[in-house]
Amino acid sequence: MSAKNDSIQKTIMVAVLLCLVCSIIVAGAAVSLKPIQVKNKLEDKKKNILAAAGLLVADKSIAEQFKQVTTRIVNLETGQYADEAELEKLAQAGYPVATFDQKKLAKDPKFSEKLSGSEDPASIKRQADYAAVYLVEKEGEVDRIILPVHGYGLWSTLYGFVALQGNAETIAGLGFYSHAETPGLGGEIDNPSWKAMWEGKEVYDDAGKVAIDVIKGKVDPASPKADNQIDGLSGATLTSKGVSNLVQFWLGEQGFAAYLAGFKGQGV
Amino acid sequence: MSTSVKKVLTQPLLLNNPIAVQILGVCSALAVTTSLNVTLVMCMALISVTACSNFAISLIRNHIPGNIRIIVQMTIIASLVIVVDQVLKAYAYEISKQLSVFVGLIITNCIVMGRAEAFAMKNPPGLSFLDGIGNGLGYSVVLIFVAVFRELLGSGSLFGFEILPLVTNGGWYYSNGLLLLPPSAFFIIGLFIWASRTLIPSQVEAADFKIQPNTETSGAH
Repeated sequence: MSAKNDSIQKTIMVAVLLCLVCSIIVAGAAVSLKPIQVKNKLEDKKKNILAAAGLLVADKSIAEQFKQVTTRIVNLETGQYADEAELEKLAQAGYPVATFDQKKLAKDPKFSEKLSGSEDPASIKRQADYAAVYLVEKEGEVDRIILPVHGYGLWSTLYGFVALQGNAETIAGLGFYSHAETPGLGGEIDNPSWKAMWEGKEVYDDAGKVAIDVIKGKVDPASPKADNQIDGLSGATLTSKGVSNLVQFWLGEQGFAAYLAGFKGQGV
Repeated sequence: MSTSVKKVLTQPLLLNNPIAVQILGVCSALAVTTSLNVTLVMCMALISVTACSNFAISLIRNHIPGNIRIIVQMTIIASLVIVVDQVLKAYAYEISKQLSVFVGLIITNCIVMGRAEAFAMKNPPGLSFLDGIGNGLGYSVVLIFVAVFRELLGSGSLFGFEILPLVTNGGWYYSNGLLLLPPSAFFIIGLFIWASRTLIPSQVEAADFKIQPNTETSGAH
């Protein structure tokens, strides 16, 4: 390297030019590929919704399969579907139904509440006022209700979906699409055989309270609570606890309880 | 010229393999080798980053001020890695989700930086580009070797196709869970290095020092 290269002017010039060129390349790639990435993300979410409900089949396109699913926005406080005025308000703030982003909404002070201490067993800090639910109808009746859930595990916030059967009491499936738990331990929440245990479990006990629970160890089939309990994951006590908390939270009073009560009223 | 091209391309494969001989880039070799699909994408990502960064750095090597050369190299490498990450997110979304943070960590892969500093700063662009490909391939050889073992014995499949039917699916093969965890890659890389040093004795470097036999010192204990 010649001494000429080491002068202050040359050093600064090279640094500035390099930064300019690199930033143009990076920005160019990010901007030009953005539309495809957004589409992928949306497709992935749809795939997870279908998978949670146990409706995913391999040989059909996601878009086609998703046609059977209706997306509705629910006001979590009242338990009613958001009316025209509310939808309008959400759309104007940048949350239209088609690309409804609950993660972003929960960070928007206009549309979310801060949770503290005992109100927040799932450690989510802020809860959005609205949530997107996904309904699958069969022969005019609601067959599957798919609810978005999230909460803290051991290392990370778990994002996923819980699917309920049309009676809004029996679990039809569960799946997480985003988490960073330890592979092989907490990461086993993705294990199909563990997820299959959730199928057919009852959310509520006889008194009508949320009783679904991931317990430590194996469920005793003779126990009266066996219908509400799921085996814990060995070596992943805290992740299991987190899953338990977040499912209880979202199916309970602060979550979708008011909304789900509407289904029970229908006496399906 | 043609002999040096051949040398640059083939030497890193076994004779001077970046992982087995120089012990560089082991971190990602542990992380992304549980399945062959993911491994192959990671290898391609690394080959393209090493080759392109070598090319770009070699192109401007006569203008890089000596005192900021590492920063210049890092900037170029980081930009290329972001571009690769963006491309993967757009065209191989499923795999990019599995690779998650490890594509970004190519920035800190010592092979990329090592080749930039050791080769591209002193050689013309064409040759540097080939050197990048050669070293990327050397990395790939080890990764694929490790991944074949880990996927076959850990999940009983190759490229996701079932080879050894698992007990959990009604077959006869009890999968070895250890092979799905990162430490197992250490064992396999260790075995690879042992094999490669046995076959190519020139890789064994002279000992820097000799360990003395244990001697008893009076009153030491």
